[in-house]
Amino acid sequence: MDGQLLVQQLVNGLFLGSIYALLALGYTMVYGIIKLINFAHGEIYMIGGFLGYFFINHLKLGFFPALILAMAGAAIVGVLIELLAYRPLRKSTRIAALITAIGVSFLLQNSMIYFFGPDKRSFPQAIKHVSYNFGFIQVSNIQLLILATAVILMIVLQLIIKKTKMGKAMRAVSVDADAAQLMGINVNRTISFTFALGSALAAAAGILIGLYYNSIDPMMGVVPGLKSFVAAVLGGIGIIPGAALGGFVIGLLETFTIAIGFSEYKDALVYALLIVILLIRPAGILGKNLKEKV
Amino acid sequence: MKKNLKYNALWLLFAVVIYGLIYLLYFTGVITPFTEYTLIMIGINIILALGLNLIIGFAGQFSLGHAGFMAIGAYSASILSIKFPTMGGFFLGILVGMVIAGIIALVVGLPTLRLKGDYLAIATLGISEIIRIVIINMGTLTNGPAGLFGIPPMVNWPLIFGFVAVVSLVIINYIRSGAGRATQAIREDEIAAESMGVNTTKYKVIAFIIGAVTASVAGALYASYIQTITPKDFGFMKSIDILIIVVFGGIGSVSGTFVAAIVLGILNMLLQDAGALRMIIYALALIVIMIYKPGGLLGTWEFSMKGFVTRVNKKEETADVSTKREKSN
Repeated sequence: MDGQLLVQQLVNGLFLGSIYALLALGYTMVYGIIKLINFAHGEIYMIGGFLGYFFINHLKLGFFPALILAMAGAAIVGVLIELLAYRPLRKSTRIAALITAIGVSFLLQNSMIYFFGPDKRSFPQAIKHVSYNFGFIQVSNIQLLILATAVILMIVLQLIIKKTKMGKAMRAVSVDADAAQLMGINVNRTISFTFALGSALAAAAGILIGLYYNSIDPMMGVVPGLKSFVAAVLGGIGIIPGAALGGFVIGLLETFTIAIGFSEYKDALVYALLIVILLIRPAGILGKNLKEKV
Repeated sequence: MKKNLKYNALWLLFAVVIYGLIYLLYFTGVITPFTEYTLIMIGINIILALGLNLIIGFAGQFSLGHAGFMAIGAYSASILSIKFPTMGGFFLGILVGMVIAGIIALVVGLPTLRLKGDYLAIATLGISEIIRIVIINMGTLTNGPAGLFGIPPMVNWPLIFGFVAVVSLVIINYIRSGAGRATQAIREDEIAAESMGVNTTKYKVIAFIIGAVTASVAGALYASYIQTITPKDFGFMKSIDILIIVVFGGIGSVSGTFVAAIVLGILNMLLQDAGALRMIIYALALIVIMIYKPGGLLGTWEFSMKGFVTRVNKKEETADVSTKREKSN
């Protein structure tokens, strides 16, 4: 029984982890390129959830069109945030940029509360819930959808970064922005593109979690945002495979804590892990092996 | 020392005048229980923001964990004053809170203050959340997520006034002491300070501890005034509230902290019906200030009694001279 529960929780952790991984990718890309902890990233995830809600509930779209439209919408929001709030601060201190990021996060939360109310709303069931039994493990189609979407998006991201010209520009800017500019790369456009990519991934995570937990609210981004930042640091901030790895590790750790009966401490353990990682190995798990940063 | 005596006496006079003014406002009935809340919150916020400004503005370390230390003070004062509902019990609670907050700040600060800027911010945020989660899970002692209620009200405005005065004195004198100068040197350039023989870790940790201890005191006062506390009151948002005061006032300005705490306190009272709209305004202000004036509204400007006195004297002198001239003419 206990072993069965443990395996089931670890499987659940895999799905949760893929959500964290999607979010962590955005943190890691933005940090890699402009050295900023984008505190507002969790809010982009929330906005993604709300956009999905709007497209499915009011425009009566199917799940996949809604997903793609919400990703596009969130990408625009991300680019606008960068343009209006972060770009003027490109040359200022890191603390000033961080306070601005906190301000943006605060602004988005409270704007959503002001315009849409602070209450939880139930996410429309765009896909019918079906459970499959694999031996003693139970998996729902939504969980499989989460995992599949996350993995496909990660592969697409990897292709964009490795194979396209824009991806090459992103890698160049993250290594040395000035040198990249001298080589004729439009640094501002590259940074905007990075924000668009990261925000689109966050929005996908927001919709998937809405579908999974069946509820969204304006404050839903705070805790997952922090946790996926921890995931990004854990994997090695600035390293894309590291963020994915970190996300899965955090997801598994969280469900494992629940499985062994310490569910009250699941958040505390994640923060403690962050502090330990920062002290022992600030570069993260993959920090040394891969020098490439995006 | 003697040279400063005049100015210190003037500051004392200033404090007495403010005290008298508040007393008068109470006496004439301008301050109702409703406005008293604003007054007391301004006092508590001044204490909180002074401590955070010491860490952010003077030591240059970015901490997002102030609310955690506030929670320690609030809970220890509440638990002890519920057990011993006397002034003595309350003060014992404050003292215990200060000691616990100081020890935690020391234990946590020593390793984490090695981290730079944004990493430190996240680490302190994590610590504050851990403190909160531990408090939630301490069973009957802290009554879990429901929090404590029926905390004996020991706080009145003269007590808050006294605490604000003492905390400001301690922090201002610390900033101006040799240790304070060393702390500011770290803010300006850590490597340069270290090469001049400043023990950077030591002064960073001391600033962090002073900030934590004052936050704990403020938490105790808050708990005793409000009489009910829940772990939710000391979340990330509380740390941001304090950060907003520090940023508005000026990162590295004690006078600015006072001005910001008072102005924001009054604004909060006037805008309290606006709810989320108020937070939208604050968030926008935070972003705009960072873009156009990254040092905060008042920067590192300080109100100086000495400067004020010399300026007044100069004006009198010029006035004297002009009257003499008129006479001679």
